[in-house]
Amino acid sequence: MYAFTFRRPETLRQAANLLSKNGDAKPLAGGHTLLPTMKLRLASPPELIDLSRIEGLEGIELTGRALTIGAMARHADVHGSPVVQQAIPVLAKLAGMIGDPAVRHMGTIGGSIANNDPSADYPAACLGLGATIVTNKRRIKADDFFTGMFSTALEPAEIITKVSFPIPKKAAYQKFRNQASRYALVGVFVAKRGGDIRVAVTGAGANGVFRIQSFEEALKKRFSPKSLEGMTIPADGMNSDIHGSAEYRAHLVGVLARRAVAEAVGK
Amino acid sequence: MCATGIGAAVRRKEDHRFITGKGHYTDDINQPGQAYAYFVRSPHAHATIKSIEAKEAARMPGVLGVLTGAELAADKIGNLICGWMIHSKDGSPMKMAPHPALASGKACFVGDPVAVVIAATLAQARDAAEKVKVDYAVLPAVTDPAQAQKSGVPQIHEVAPNNTIYQWHLGDAKAVESAFTSAKHVTKLDLVNNRLVPNAMEPRVAIGDYDTGSGTFTLWNTSQNPHVARLVIAAFVGMAPEHKLRVIAPDVGGGFGSKIFIYPEEVVALWAAKRVGRPVKWTAERSESFLCDAHGRDHVTHAEMAFDAEGRIVALRAKTVANLGAYMSTFSSAVPTYLYATLLSGQYEIPQIYCEVDAVYTNTGPVDAYRGAGRPEATFVVERLVEVGAREMGQDPAELRRKNFVKEFPHQTPVIMNYDTGDYNASLKRALEIADYKGFGRRKRESARNGKLRGVGFSTYIEACGIAPSAAVGSLGAGVGLWESAEVRVNPTGSVEVLTGCHAHGQGHETTFAQLVSDRLGIPIDNVSIIHGDTDKVQFGMGTYGSRSGAVGMSALVKALDKVEAKAKKVAAHMLEAAEGDIEFKDGKFSVAGTDKSAAWGEVALNAYIAHKFSGQELEPGLKEGAFYDPTNFTFPAGCHICEVEIDPETGNTEIAAWTAVDDFGVVVNPMIVEGQVHGGVAQGVGQALYEGAVYDKDGQLVTGSLLDYCMPRADHLPALNVATTVTKCPSNPLGIKGCGEAGAIAAPAAVINAITDAIGTEAIAMPATPQAVWAALKKAGRSLPHAA
Ligand SMILES: Cc1cc2nc3c(=O)[nH]c(=O)nc-3n(C[C@H](O)[C@H](O)[C@H](O)COP(=O)(O)OP(=O)(O)OC[C@H]3O[C@@H](n4cnc5c(N)ncnc54)[C@H](O)[C@@H]3O)c2cc1C
Repeated sequence: MYAFTFRRPETLRQAANLLSKNGDAKPLAGGHTLLPTMKLRLASPPELIDLSRIEGLEGIELTGRALTIGAMARHADVHGSPVVQQAIPVLAKLAGMIGDPAVRHMGTIGGSIANNDPSADYPAACLGLGATIVTNKRRIKADDFFTGMFSTALEPAEIITKVSFPIPKKAAYQKFRNQASRYALVGVFVAKRGGDIRVAVTGAGANGVFRIQSFEEALKKRFSPKSLEGMTIPADGMNSDIHGSAEYRAHLVGVLARRAVAEAVGK
Repeated sequence: MCATGIGAAVRRKEDHRFITGKGHYTDDINQPGQAYAYFVRSPHAHATIKSIEAKEAARMPGVLGVLTGAELAADKIGNLICGWMIHSKDGSPMKMAPHPALASGKACFVGDPVAVVIAATLAQARDAAEKVKVDYAVLPAVTDPAQAQKSGVPQIHEVAPNNTIYQWHLGDAKAVESAFTSAKHVTKLDLVNNRLVPNAMEPRVAIGDYDTGSGTFTLWNTSQNPHVARLVIAAFVGMAPEHKLRVIAPDVGGGFGSKIFIYPEEVVALWAAKRVGRPVKWTAERSESFLCDAHGRDHVTHAEMAFDAEGRIVALRAKTVANLGAYMSTFSSAVPTYLYATLLSGQYEIPQIYCEVDAVYTNTGPVDAYRGAGRPEATFVVERLVEVGAREMGQDPAELRRKNFVKEFPHQTPVIMNYDTGDYNASLKRALEIADYKGFGRRKRESARNGKLRGVGFSTYIEACGIAPSAAVGSLGAGVGLWESAEVRVNPTGSVEVLTGCHAHGQGHETTFAQLVSDRLGIPIDNVSIIHGDTDKVQFGMGTYGSRSGAVGMSALVKALDKVEAKAKKVAAHMLEAAEGDIEFKDGKFSVAGTDKSAAWGEVALNAYIAHKFSGQELEPGLKEGAFYDPTNFTFPAGCHICEVEIDPETGNTEIAAWTAVDDFGVVVNPMIVEGQVHGGVAQGVGQALYEGAVYDKDGQLVTGSLLDYCMPRADHLPALNVATTVTKCPSNPLGIKGCGEAGAIAAPAAVINAITDAIGTEAIAMPATPQAVWAALKKAGRSLPHAA
């Protein structure tokens, strides 16, 4: 780790100002991605703006038809929240599948989404549920937010404050873990809300999280695993590494999508 | 048996300190004025070092010195060595290339230390290390042992043409050839024994100190054998005469073999301490552990087994290429030879065996002994061949094994070993019962109904522990003897200190060695302490590896206790005014035969020291005895492991559904500790079979350089294990102990792969059998859905 200045603002405005002043400064949430990278000297922000003392970034609440989760809510908070468990049980379950207890007690939903790791779990939930990412400046649809591996629509000095999830009728997430890291080798999130059906995939795509239109169309006809029988996606555009070839990942997408739908419909 | 004696499941005395954070590991030690070392390591697998520019680094804040191979050579610091001589078939000695502690002229693997920065703080050392400019001319690299000897591949060391270290063989090639010619059935397999990264929980650490007043060096290090480290650093590296070097290996957090060896960083810490005039500490980062701790396994083998018409094994032959990495580590040469080919008879009566082993250099980290060392590789060859042979001949794998078991002892194999005792059928029979082998068909059908493939696999392994006697290992090329030492110091109050040449780094010696003393002297186990790991306190000893501490180390303790008892009887005779021959010792009490006169252990101890009851001319005061013990043979633990797996054919994911281990470790000193050793060993073996594999790309970069990409087995990867023991007493040591530390890691890989191949119906799968590999194997074999048979 290189030396850096540590700032602990108490308001969102102060945080945003600090970020504007120093273009290389970075917000610090749970630190479970940022700090390891800094320890390995792969990142060297001169200034860290700690978000943990800013009030109002942690709440979880149900308002009308949406579940809102503060950016600083820890994975363990989401996993253990009765509100989440009631409103969108699969989201609580997904949070419980992230990393290990130490990671879940530090890592935050805002940090995970801002980081947009191509194997992370939350991006699949955001895209799969059609969430809205709220920042100190604007509201961004998940469909517009994730713009590629480790990249998002966030502008400099833009801070995620919360994520708003519409409540689905049915939803499920199937995660096939990378055995070593336990991130998703492939994760498929399916959700149905009225006529809106979404199939979002993490882990597999060379460009990060993505939706599968062909699967969504098939499921619109009938929301059943049978609708996806025999359907595949091309290996082209899939990630490939020692843990999974593009072909294997593409195959898993099909398998997990069918299993997710089966789980969502309760089979 | 007393409550804390041999055979009792005594709780580990050392655990309180470990689990409450009160252990004293090397990194917990700090010396006044201590500086820190940070190594500049080669980012290239193979490169000429054209120049090293260190001026800027040397001017950085806090920097005390920047040292390179040039200074090392100028100070006449010698090379690291491999201490076991192997001769090739043609009689020529192995080709050991120079291994300087800092690369000189050329870097041979990614991580090869090229320079070191010593600074007042670690951060300063690290900052300065980034300013050391090394001008490399990158050379092409070779990482795959199967390619290393081909023409046109990069040559790594001048002394070793075709990157070949030795071409060794064992057995009678002609006799094997003729046995194969007349065989009824031949099973052939190509096997890769995957390369493993040890990953002890505690990374390696070295603190060097030089006392200008006395001219004495001290090295604190994470060593499994501090005396051997001192011997090598004194006699070969030439750092200091042996009596001017103290090596202290305090609490060590796991070794698994990787901390046997003498590493460059230890040499550099000592040398740099003298150079800069301050103690120097180096603590490995996990990334350095991945790159630079000696790895394990890495064999490529073609093996064949010949059977007669009745299914009796008539011969076995194997040709192995073993990767030793960029330099020969301390015991690397012995692992793929005398610890491997000598075990190729397994538990079977095999009349003829022939094995050829080529050891090669590659541009990868050094490879040496890792839990099991050679024996897991041998077991994998033998047990895969037997299992596949059974399948090919349509025989039950348990039955085929039984038919071929060695049944009479002692048994001389064609590959040096003389098995002393065993009852292989007993462990197989017991394992079949515990595993409910008869019910397997039902469970397989049940799995099929759930869309899963189920398989069962056996591994009836044998291993050799407590390598000895010294004369025998010497004749095979060992540079050292493999006896062990012990000293028993009885205090005037009767409490006892045992100094052992063994070293504990997870084994629980502080408990098991104390059990032996408690048992023998009839004193509470809390009155015994076990001291190890400091060359200034403990007499020369060989350390701990190869499951030797029980069989060899405790045997030395038995001998020392014999002498203590004999001396104590003399003291008691004076106290009780009786003839020495009439003194009996039992349950901590000395009594005169046929009388009610007696003296307690503590009274005798006190009298030995106050010496009021005898004259110093008749009997020396004091009660302290030492012993060196050299066994008469190796020990031969053996057993039967049965693994049942369930595979999801859609994803290729394998789950271990059940595990049965029935082992014969001879006499068991502490069943709880032994069970723990089996658990750990099996976990590591399952790790090798399903999860672990070091991968280098063709340029020699370690792709699996962190735990993000290198998968270690986790607790939830394993079911509850069914562990049992059968006992045949080992005749080659006084306690009848065989050793248990490596058995699980030796037995497990074959059991897992035999189970997986049974489930998927194809033999073509390599370790680690990851979900992707299993899925690909199923696909290739055209078998993707379970047969609801
Ligand atoms: C061992 C381990 C295992 C893991 N396993 C998984 C897993 O299985 N699945 C998974 O999805 N993740 C996993 N993670 C990642 C974990 O969930 C991280 O915590 C998460 O990705 C980042 O969240 P954080 O709060 O730690 O963010 P930080 O590390 O603090 O920040 C990450 C990045 O986001 C930026 N940032 C943080 N908060 C905001 C904000 N509110 N607005 C704008 N930018 C912001 C930071 O500047 C930084 O660039 C694992 C991590 C570890 C260490």
